[in-house]
Amino acid sequence: MTTVNPNGPRPARITAGRVGLYAFLLAVALFFLVPLYVMLVTSVKTMSEIRQGQIFALPAGLDWSTWQTAWSGACMGLQCVGVRVGFWNSVRITLPSVALSVLLGALNGYALSFWRPKGSTLLFGVLMAGGLIPYQIFLYPLVRMMAVTGLYGSITGVVVVHVIFGLPLVTLLFRNYFMGVPDELYRAARVDGAGFWRIFFEVMLPISIPMVVVASIFQFTGIWNDFLFSLVFAGTDNLPMTVQLNNIVNTTMGERAYNVNMAATILTALVPLAIYFLSGRWFVSGITAGAVKG
Amino acid sequence: MISMQSAVSIANLRIAYEGHTVIDRMSLDVAPREFLVMLGPSGCGKSTLLNAIAGLQDIAAGEISISGRNVTWDEPKDRGIGMVFQSYALYPHMSVRRNLSFGLRVTGIAKAEIETRVARAAKLLHLEALLDRKPGELSGGQRQRVAIGRALVREVDVFLFDEPLSNLDAKLRNELRVEIKRLHQQLGNTMIYVTHDQVEAMTLADRIAIMKDGAIQQLASPHEIYHRPTNLFVAGFIGSPSMNFVSGEIVASDGGPFFAVNGQRIALDRYPFVSPPVPGPATLGLRPEHIAADGAFAGFHTTEGQVSVVEPMGADTIVWFEWAEQTMSLRLMGEVDFKPGDAISPGFDIAKASLFAADGTRM
Ligand SMILES: Nc1ncnc2c1ncn2[C@@H]1O[C@H](COP(=O)(O)OP(=O)(O)OP(=O)(O)O)[C@@H](O)[C@H]1O
Ligand SMILES: [Mg+2]
Repeated sequence: MTTVNPNGPRPARITAGRVGLYAFLLAVALFFLVPLYVMLVTSVKTMSEIRQGQIFALPAGLDWSTWQTAWSGACMGLQCVGVRVGFWNSVRITLPSVALSVLLGALNGYALSFWRPKGSTLLFGVLMAGGLIPYQIFLYPLVRMMAVTGLYGSITGVVVVHVIFGLPLVTLLFRNYFMGVPDELYRAARVDGAGFWRIFFEVMLPISIPMVVVASIFQFTGIWNDFLFSLVFAGTDNLPMTVQLNNIVNTTMGERAYNVNMAATILTALVPLAIYFLSGRWFVSGITAGAVKG
Repeated sequence: MISMQSAVSIANLRIAYEGHTVIDRMSLDVAPREFLVMLGPSGCGKSTLLNAIAGLQDIAAGEISISGRNVTWDEPKDRGIGMVFQSYALYPHMSVRRNLSFGLRVTGIAKAEIETRVARAAKLLHLEALLDRKPGELSGGQRQRVAIGRALVREVDVFLFDEPLSNLDAKLRNELRVEIKRLHQQLGNTMIYVTHDQVEAMTLADRIAIMKDGAIQQLASPHEIYHRPTNLFVAGFIGSPSMNFVSGEIVASDGGPFFAVNGQRIALDRYPFVSPPVPGPATLGLRPEHIAADGAFAGFHTTEGQVSVVEPMGADTIVWFEWAEQTMSLRLMGEVDFKPGDAISPGFDIAKASLFAADGTRM
């Protein structure tokens, strides 16, 4: 053994474990990227190219017309309008649902952060477990309730359903966040004369922006990707992108246009994907955000 | 009963958390313009009391009045108080300027008035250059000044401070302590100041209230508290190094009462008894500076001991010595050349000592 006097930065060492770790990470990344690759190349291939059955082959040329068709011309049944209508329906369902569930969840979590009876953590766990019960169980009663209130088959109806089912998780997130906010901040605001609402909107909500971002992303992806609730509650005029995509892909007239289907699928996935990419930094900082420093 | 001359008056206050009583039947009157310091060990109920005065803590019984008005059922904002918290509790997303003006904006005070008040507070606390920064961009001392400023702009008669300096380092603490004292002299408000730092208490206070287990042990001027502690707890709590305690016995015999310890009899003829001496077990308390190193002074009780540790502190020196099977300390000015093992002849200044009966009260 040579004796080197330790000095300066510790030398980097490449061990078998490191190599194995990176090999594993690479394999996992490939595993998730290959389907995306196949979808992308298939979407720009011509049907004759696709029929050759080489799904990994690069396309001969870039045929973007399939995307045009997917957006505004693909057929579901007899209607040939593409996923465009569904896109706007999704926007009209998702935006109010996300905004309302996050706002109400934050308010709910804030109010509940004051409520600390003995064993409240356990009680909360049990309450929140309600959010894990399979949705199917609620479907029939909810349909009856919506029918009675006249909301069945409307955007409002489906928004209400999304808000109801979003609240447990969002409430829990915000309650835990606000529990970590020092008591003295609230007391200072009270000495300053602010009441419940003012403290919530001008102090608590602004300092919980990282949590708002995280909750919004959770809610947005969940609601955008939702199929069941929209299919049941939205009504035929308001079907979102996911449901329309399904209808397009399952339309069985003539030859299956795999390239158009792929393009339509990517279009549908594009919005949540974009949100993840754009907010990645916020997302991580929100999840790791601890108590508020003042 | 509420006294009209008091800035803050507390009568028969009781505070309980889920059944266990933290403060019981406390009464306290704070005079206008007075600087009152509440001093006590951790958990004795200082913050609880302060929060009750501010209206942030529910009380079980009693009444509180501020500036002659019964505020027992009033909201914090209506009590005419400003409060400074230990953790600063600044609004992290607002600039210093908006932190200072938040309360005024909530109250709906005119914009021009808000600006003058913020400017005045900023000038007083040297915050002008920092007004557009966020709290996260300030040092601890600057944050605490903003917190004080937030109380200041309310222009109230009574300020409540809950350990405002305890999160700062020693140097900053000294600086801000002087600043708070200057502020009080300038503004002339009533201050109730909670701390567990006895230097802060001694230097800032007009009167100190020493608390233990939710009860005030002694309420008096710093001088009185230091020189005539009313019981063993107060005597031991104030002073550093703390008072030397010697257990012995009061014996009454011809030639006046004596304090018998270690086979010696210490004459008590010069001790200022507050009540006639009763023979029996007692404790003699001596502050380190009331023991001379060479007991050649008239009226001192001189004895023999052995030096064990010497602590030079620059301005003075603490000499620890063994006497009567216990370790005692004495304080000498400047630097001295005692070494461990040296013989020493300590002289006890009985006229400045404290004597406590078996139940701990001053005799
Ligand atoms: N929310 C609470 N619920 C139950 N007990 C409490 C609560 N807050 C404080 N206490 C108890 O009340 C007593 C007094 O607490 P308080 O915070 O007033 O002490 P303190 O003198 O300010 O101490 P410190 O110097 O550590 O700040 C303590 O015994 C504490 O355990
Ligand atoms: Mg406290």
